[in-house]
Amino acid sequence: MATADLALGHEQGQRGDGRRVTNDFSINVATVNGSGSQSANSVLLKSIFGMGVPVSGKNLFPSNIAGQPTWFIIRASKDGYVARKRESEILVALNPDTVAADILELPAGGVVIHEQSLHLGEARGDLFYYPVPFDKITASICSEAKLRKLVKNMVYVGVVAQLLRIDLGVVESGLRRQFAKKQKVFDLNFGAAKAGFDYAAENLVKQDPYFIEHLDETRGKIVVDGNAAAGMGAVFAGVTVVAWYPITPSTSVIEATADLLKKFRLTPEGKATFAVIQAEDELAAIGMVLGAGWAGARSMTATSGPGMSLMAEFTGLGYYAEIPGVIVNVQRTGPSTGMPTRTQQSDLLSAAFLSHGDTKHPVLLPGSVKECFELTYAAFDLAERLQTPVFVLSDLDLGMNNWMSEPFDYPTKPLDRGKILFAEDLERLGGFARYRDVDGDAIGWRTLPGTRHPKASYFTRGSGHNDKAFYTEKPGEYVEVMERLARKVESARKLAPAPVVVKNGTSKIGFIAYGSTDFALRESLDQIRKEHGLEVDYLRVRAFPFAESVHDFVAAHERVYVVEQNRDAQMASLLKLDLAAEQTVKLRSILYYGGLPIDARTISEEFAVKEGL
Amino acid sequence: MATTLPTPKVNHIGLPILDYRGGKTTLCAGCGHNAISERIVEAMFEMGVEPERVMKMSGIGCSSKSPAYFMIRSHSFNGVHGRMPAIASGAILANHTMTTIGVSGDGDTASIGMGQFVHLLRRNLPMIYIIENNGVYGLTKGQFSATADIGSKLKTGVINELPPIDTCALAIQLGATFVGRSFSGDKKQLLAMLKAAIAHKGTVLLDVISPCVTFNDHEGSTKSYKFMQENDEPINELGFVASFEDIEVDYDSGEVYEVEMHDGSNMKLRKLLEDYDPTDKANAVRTLMESAAKDEILTGVFYIDTEKPTFIDMLNVVDQPLGSLPEALTKPPKSALDGLMASLA
Repeated sequence: MATADLALGHEQGQRGDGRRVTNDFSINVATVNGSGSQSANSVLLKSIFGMGVPVSGKNLFPSNIAGQPTWFIIRASKDGYVARKRESEILVALNPDTVAADILELPAGGVVIHEQSLHLGEARGDLFYYPVPFDKITASICSEAKLRKLVKNMVYVGVVAQLLRIDLGVVESGLRRQFAKKQKVFDLNFGAAKAGFDYAAENLVKQDPYFIEHLDETRGKIVVDGNAAAGMGAVFAGVTVVAWYPITPSTSVIEATADLLKKFRLTPEGKATFAVIQAEDELAAIGMVLGAGWAGARSMTATSGPGMSLMAEFTGLGYYAEIPGVIVNVQRTGPSTGMPTRTQQSDLLSAAFLSHGDTKHPVLLPGSVKECFELTYAAFDLAERLQTPVFVLSDLDLGMNNWMSEPFDYPTKPLDRGKILFAEDLERLGGFARYRDVDGDAIGWRTLPGTRHPKASYFTRGSGHNDKAFYTEKPGEYVEVMERLARKVESARKLAPAPVVVKNGTSKIGFIAYGSTDFALRESLDQIRKEHGLEVDYLRVRAFPFAESVHDFVAAHERVYVVEQNRDAQMASLLKLDLAAEQTVKLRSILYYGGLPIDARTISEEFAVKEGL
Repeated sequence: MATTLPTPKVNHIGLPILDYRGGKTTLCAGCGHNAISERIVEAMFEMGVEPERVMKMSGIGCSSKSPAYFMIRSHSFNGVHGRMPAIASGAILANHTMTTIGVSGDGDTASIGMGQFVHLLRRNLPMIYIIENNGVYGLTKGQFSATADIGSKLKTGVINELPPIDTCALAIQLGATFVGRSFSGDKKQLLAMLKAAIAHKGTVLLDVISPCVTFNDHEGSTKSYKFMQENDEPINELGFVASFEDIEVDYDSGEVYEVEMHDGSNMKLRKLLEDYDPTDKANAVRTLMESAAKDEILTGVFYIDTEKPTFIDMLNVVDQPLGSLPEALTKPPKSALDGLMASLA
């Protein structure tokens, strides 16, 4: 990979120590964007998965339709580590423009599988080279010139499978899944994979130490990306109105949602129990979400940083007028346009306080694809219970990459539609005050437009209002509503998903992380234990406002490292606002924000420096 | 002699007009917007619309305050500046069984809200969109809006030099299916137009010239009562017969354009402009452009299309409001998730 912040791990002249490396390495497939390598990458990943070996895939792609370099990193890990690893041991060099730089980043003893016509033999003496005539093999099995570009990718899958000793049968069943209903496409692709497999068997002599061997670590597991999982969460939460504007990397949340809605949410007569509307911009998207939420729909939008910035004014309205809505933000690298196809966790503060004026919004922080499903689902219940916009902050790494996961559990509890008064309630009560705290949880009761009762209506407004929803400019009435809204945050603290205490032993040192940082941190904590003999504690935050247990965790430790993927220590800052003053001095930050997913080594090294180890 | 209180007049669903009234207005005495609110009350009353089945939507500005001054029994949403179309769209998607009336102003629509306005028109969502058009920003004390005419003069003497946006021409071009202009001072025309609007299915755009007595009713203004009285040129005279009424209106054939409305009502447009055909888009836009060049303010129903599907039709949604569907219809069963999980294994 031609990315500057990756370590150059090679030592000239050595080809490793000859030890066999099984189920513990990364493969970097370097291609050109738009060459159709995605399904080949996916088949290779699923083939390793099919061998029972834990695997993860990361697509490091440019903001470009076609022609720019792209890398797909597949990590096989017998220990189940799925975070990005700094170096890849195996390079599949299909992009002549980046091959020189890509080769430089291989560790000693690394492997290069490359087009035969690229003469790379002299580049480095400490690597294993496997030249393959991809173009010739492709031409021999595919007569249609325009398909060759796509088929060529599948040839590399076959070559890699043979070199790593992946069963061809496993590749075949992976392909069958990929092209489930398209026999012709399957035939063509399997033909290509087999041609690559056979070529390698006949012509390449295995010299490198890397092998995939059968394990039993993926049985019962699924492979899915976080955006598809979030879409499932929305559909199983009964979303009825989806309004959105396309933006990378969130678009596939809506695509997945729309596909599933068409699959599961048509009546026997073919009528839709949902509406999906592509809005003119993100301002309109969130406006529609709030309009729909106000009128009783479970409504959602999905966006990324720039879109969320545009939603600021409306989010303030949703907060103040107390209207439910779900906003999934798949974070990318900011500020401004930033790096649209790179990942970051840098929208936390802006999500938590989006809008002018005093506002605070619940923010849910999924740390796995399973939680993308569960927390998106939970966001709908929470939004209607609290009558407020709720954010789900995912990120590009979680959202657009393939992750291994336990299957998702069906949510058996009924949907929580929150506090709604119907005509018969109004008849019994004789009326209601929309913004009055009658239950002590700072949440009022609402009615929906269309409720057939003379006392059902109220006037929703973003201007100053009292507990009856009447216009006011009286300081007392204004403050009463604002103080209740502040108390509502306390209700949110109790209702939002609790943090996961991964480990809380007797260590003086604690770690706090959230979202996709979890994968790298878990691996880093193993490194810290192995390399420094230190057992440390770890709590993973899953929501803002923070639960009491977050406070307890900080209080129980001398030093707390907050690990996150942004420059300004946004989670640490948010914690400092919430913690008692004497607790805030315990926090220190480990930050990475270069746009690639954070890796374990970065955390371990920074920790060692900060601890003086 | 004992006096008996007169029985209040009720409409065909048995409600007195009192049930359609709103709160006390806080707008200036004489403001055109108040007259429009009164016509809305009358139109809804006369059409027998159930107040609880109406959603009132607005943005920000003097005009957008007015939903508080009519139909207090209807749900209302006063949103953010220029963004009423999005909120209304979302609300209609959630409950398309309601009658939705949006009130906006010329600033709220033609400046800050232009982006959302044009996309609302494209979708032909079923709603009545009223622009209370006075050519100035009232709450910020009298700046020109984007509908102010070239040469129109502010009280301070500033003359507008930028061309006005004709929201009616835009609406016709972009897909609204009922487009008209009226004047807050023309009770008869406005009432008939509002009643026809209620009967229509699709986006209705009514641009109602509504003089601002405080900032734009002086000599030199083209949105003043005096200017409108002198320059108002109706292109047709509206007669409206609701579906539940049994009235015969006789006109000479050839001089009337009859429109069968979605709910079975009948709108008769007596032609004042020779051979004006309100279903001819291109002619409607040309007529508006020509009249603008002559400093005439055309009023009347410019365009109508009762056939075009609404966005709700295109979405093919169930008849019940999406917002109140039971869980059984919205939460897929466990077997659905199990199937998905199996496909991902």
